[in-house]
Amino acid sequence: MNLMRLLRGDTDAPEWYDFPGGVHPPENKTQSLRGPIAEFPLQEEYVVPLNQHIGAVSVPVVEVGESVLTGQVIAEAAGFISAPAHAPTSGTVTAIEDRPVPHPSGLTTGCIIIRADGHDTWRPRTPWAHLQDHHHTDLLARIQNAGLTGLGGASFPTAVKLAADRNHVDTLIVNGTECEPYITADHALMRERPQQILRGIEVAHELYDFRRILIGVEDNKPDAVSALRRALTAIPAELEARIELRVFPTRYPSGGEKQLVYLLTGQEVPAGGLPTDLGMLCHNVGTLAALADAVFDDRPLISRITTLTGNQLPWQGNIEVRLGTDIRTILDWAGYQPDPNRAERIIMGGPMMGFALDQRQLPLVKATNCLLVPTEQELPTPPPAKPCIRCGQCEQVCPAGLLPQQLMWFAQSHEWDKAESHHLFDCIECGACAYVCPSHIPLVQYYRFAKGSIRREQAEHRQSERARLRFEARQARLEREAAEKEARRRQRAEAARARQAEQATTPTADSSPADPVAAAVARSKARKQASQSAAGRATATVSPGAPELTREQLSARLDSQRRRLEKAEAKLAAAAPEHQKAMETTVSKLREQIHKTEQQLADRPEREA
Amino acid sequence: MIILWSILALLFLAALFGALLGYASVRFKPEGDPIIDQIDDILPQTQCGQCGYPGCRPYAEAIANGDPINKCPPGGESTIQELADLLDVEPLPLDAEHGEEKPKQVAIIREDECIGCTKCIQACPVDAILGAAKQMHTVIASECTGCDLCVDPCPVDCIDMVPVETSIQTWHWQAPQPDYKLIATDAGRSGEAA
Amino acid sequence: MLTPSSPHAVGNQSVQQVMFSVWAATLPGFAALIWFFGWGYLINAVLAVATALVAEAIILRLRRRPVWFFLGDGSALLTAWLLALALPPLAPWWIPVIGTLAAIVFAKHLYGGLGNNPFNPAMVGYAVLLISFPVEMTTRWGIPAALATEAHSLLDSARVIFAGLRVDPALVDGMTMATPLDVYKNDIATLDAAELRAEPLFSAGWRVYGWEWVSGLYLLGGLYLLWRRIITWHIPVAVLGSLTLLALLFSWNPDLRVPVDLHLLGGATMLGAFFIATDPVSAATSNRGKLVFGAGIGILIYVIRTWGNYPDAVAFAVLLMNFAAPLIDHYTRPRVYGEGRS
Repeated sequence: MNLMRLLRGDTDAPEWYDFPGGVHPPENKTQSLRGPIAEFPLQEEYVVPLNQHIGAVSVPVVEVGESVLTGQVIAEAAGFISAPAHAPTSGTVTAIEDRPVPHPSGLTTGCIIIRADGHDTWRPRTPWAHLQDHHHTDLLARIQNAGLTGLGGASFPTAVKLAADRNHVDTLIVNGTECEPYITADHALMRERPQQILRGIEVAHELYDFRRILIGVEDNKPDAVSALRRALTAIPAELEARIELRVFPTRYPSGGEKQLVYLLTGQEVPAGGLPTDLGMLCHNVGTLAALADAVFDDRPLISRITTLTGNQLPWQGNIEVRLGTDIRTILDWAGYQPDPNRAERIIMGGPMMGFALDQRQLPLVKATNCLLVPTEQELPTPPPAKPCIRCGQCEQVCPAGLLPQQLMWFAQSHEWDKAESHHLFDCIECGACAYVCPSHIPLVQYYRFAKGSIRREQAEHRQSERARLRFEARQARLEREAAEKEARRRQRAEAARARQAEQATTPTADSSPADPVAAAVARSKARKQASQSAAGRATATVSPGAPELTREQLSARLDSQRRRLEKAEAKLAAAAPEHQKAMETTVSKLREQIHKTEQQLADRPEREA
Repeated sequence: MIILWSILALLFLAALFGALLGYASVRFKPEGDPIIDQIDDILPQTQCGQCGYPGCRPYAEAIANGDPINKCPPGGESTIQELADLLDVEPLPLDAEHGEEKPKQVAIIREDECIGCTKCIQACPVDAILGAAKQMHTVIASECTGCDLCVDPCPVDCIDMVPVETSIQTWHWQAPQPDYKLIATDAGRSGEAA
Repeated sequence: MLTPSSPHAVGNQSVQQVMFSVWAATLPGFAALIWFFGWGYLINAVLAVATALVAEAIILRLRRRPVWFFLGDGSALLTAWLLALALPPLAPWWIPVIGTLAAIVFAKHLYGGLGNNPFNPAMVGYAVLLISFPVEMTTRWGIPAALATEAHSLLDSARVIFAGLRVDPALVDGMTMATPLDVYKNDIATLDAAELRAEPLFSAGWRVYGWEWVSGLYLLGGLYLLWRRIITWHIPVAVLGSLTLLALLFSWNPDLRVPVDLHLLGGATMLGAFFIATDPVSAATSNRGKLVFGAGIGILIYVIRTWGNYPDAVAFAVLLMNFAAPLIDHYTRPRVYGEGRS
């Protein structure tokens, strides 16, 4: 394409740049675009999971039994990368518990369950008419409190993206590509509410003052393009001058963030980096429309547009539905009849990147852009995998320029470091490789397995590193304590030796050297005294090496020993026969101790004075 | 004459390389023993002592001195494999004498039963138990290595080792199973690695 | 509980289809072979395919793999088929049988079966035969029908193949010869180009000489595979390009060396470039790698044909480059999106 342009001598900046790879799966978009977006009726119960976004799980701020109003915050963001959740309708919180949620693992997670009162009474709202009347800090806070996440499928908190450094961002990329087959939620939005998207752009522009704003749409959505063009004529000229609407050929996965950045600008997001590294922000059209709702109408993210499609559904189209609505109820509403002859397959998301849901009741979440219930003819079950014949088709279609089959070999043989050096983490899991694989190898699952294993290994390694540090710190502490103890012991021993020497020399100095017997008696007396006082110290719970006890200390000890004796006697009286003996010993020991202390106390006065 | 020259040349070369080697051995003398650090890095740092050494580093030193690499139950097969790769020896099966490979565990103190004896605190090799004498103790779960050294000293048996369960946050995809293994003629070889 | 990972949509290609398409693409060339050189090729093909299927089934059984699942992928069939196309049509019956056994048992399954063989199985079979039985492999090529003194039936071919020299040496002599490449290479030492071109084998022109037709139809089949996107252009273009370039450089004087048209059309070049070298299992994978791989094959074909002992060289060239494929892959990794651009 670019070569052709060169040959024509066309040197102007091209409308779009050709990214490598990609596939053309059947689009299957028309069946869900026949009618306008339908409003899904209110339900009796809503289940709001606490982890509808990438990042930390939000924290409930309501209690069971509390009544809530539509749009009220029921769970707050926990930390920077997180998002709050709101009551989808007014009602009562009936439970906060673990429930199954749409997730490939099939595991449960914390959810707030709300029983609707049917009135759908909104919390008080304060709409804004003009952005210019408000400070940026207030605007950002409003966005943060609205619980917005990327509605394209990845569910990254929008407020976090919009917190990027103002000085480094000059381009807004608006993703209206919706390249995945079947899904038409963004298409329907662009067709019916283009002005809402442009108002969302206005909000982002207010924050960043973009130099240029590029809207990218695939050429299979001509009605969306013309609706956007019409809407563009109605916005302020200052903003309109910076907006470019770019239409490019349909090819999966042109809507991948990195692919779209290249398509529109010819620049590549650095490996492991973000579009902000190139001074770009990338937002999905649905997210921008929700941003406009949140900022102008003070309407947090409590509903979204979801595509219902697949030939197993008699009604196919787009619905605007409150988050937390039961997916089964939605499918029943669309007339879904399970085919008794085959295993049920309900896919959340599209056929290329979505995941299959199980039989249970699951709530619709912020990421649910599509519910696809295909027949076996539409999306046949993949045949069993054959060995890789190294045909290289996967490599031809990989939009990231990876070697998919090499990555698969590495994943199979658990060679994680090789997988990483072959850029496993640059894989966007678009599934183009597995789509074309003639051996029908579940390549993407291998990559996910490898990525998950590597992440877990890294986490384990971090943890073991921390354990090592803690162990070493403890080891050092124990050594230090032992050394200190040893030093104290030596000090004590020296002091004792010194005392002994003193005691030994004093008598010899005083008494006549002609009286060795008297000296020996005195020495033995001194020894006895020393050992007696040591025994006294041992029975007392005072730390060894402390100086001789004062009178006050001794009497305090006496008091406490008497108290203990009292208690022990009381216990002895109440004790069961089998404990009687033990208690008796305790009591007699205590009595002995008291006796000793009394003696010591009696000895003390003369020295004390 | 030629012989003389060649002997001289060889002598010169020998002296030169000897000097080079001598210089290198002094100049690039390794600080500590890097192989012990590398082994220690692979060990799981549970400090559980199941290997018979008082901690992971002593075992690392023992391995460097020729001790078998299969005495670490918490690390299990993967650690043995890594050690075998590092030391270029045959991987051995885990020595059952030192215990079995178990899923990762964490200690939990049944707090109403705790009498505050501090025995577990003294036993914990990574200081992951908080508490004081006569006060209830608790385990810092994120720091617990699951070594279970605190279980035995507890006089009232109020410490449970519970396996760490997978949550949505820690879950990840498993490797696909090759479909053809499920076909009848393959039934006999299910134990064989792919 | 685990649900299968995305993508849930799969493309419409399968291993069987790939193998079948490659097989189908050889059919015009195969038909031309029979048309010009007699029924020997058909007998070869039947022998080779039957041997391959039986050997594959037995080995799968021994390896305790599901037999029908793997037999149905068509890879053994294609290996045997390509080998049969490359073998001299009137060689004794045990030539295709031994060659196929070597290809399936040694080159394929002893390395782990489909997808794991580092060398092209058909070419391993061919090389084993050429080294072990050089006489049978060089002298039992078919005489183009137009040059033969009398027409030969399927039965004659069968007699030559199954009974051979001991029974009917005259018939064998009457039906077999060396390949034109071989003839030209040997005779140019004593004759000049004009004299050689006057020989019946080279003078009869396009319609009878046969090899050109076969090569042309292989080219057509190769273009079909390109159109179906079963192969990419890189390997064939590199093989043919490098061979042509070398032939133009070193064979500019037809009095000394085999000229370029014979290089391209007179031997197994087209079969090799489109059907053998493009075997994905043993070739390089990245696009740049395929160019290097193909160019290497082209160069080796020319070098071995010109300065080596063997009249044709596709098998050895492919095998030698199979050795190099992992190395080529290592040095020709494509640039990953977002990695610094030079």
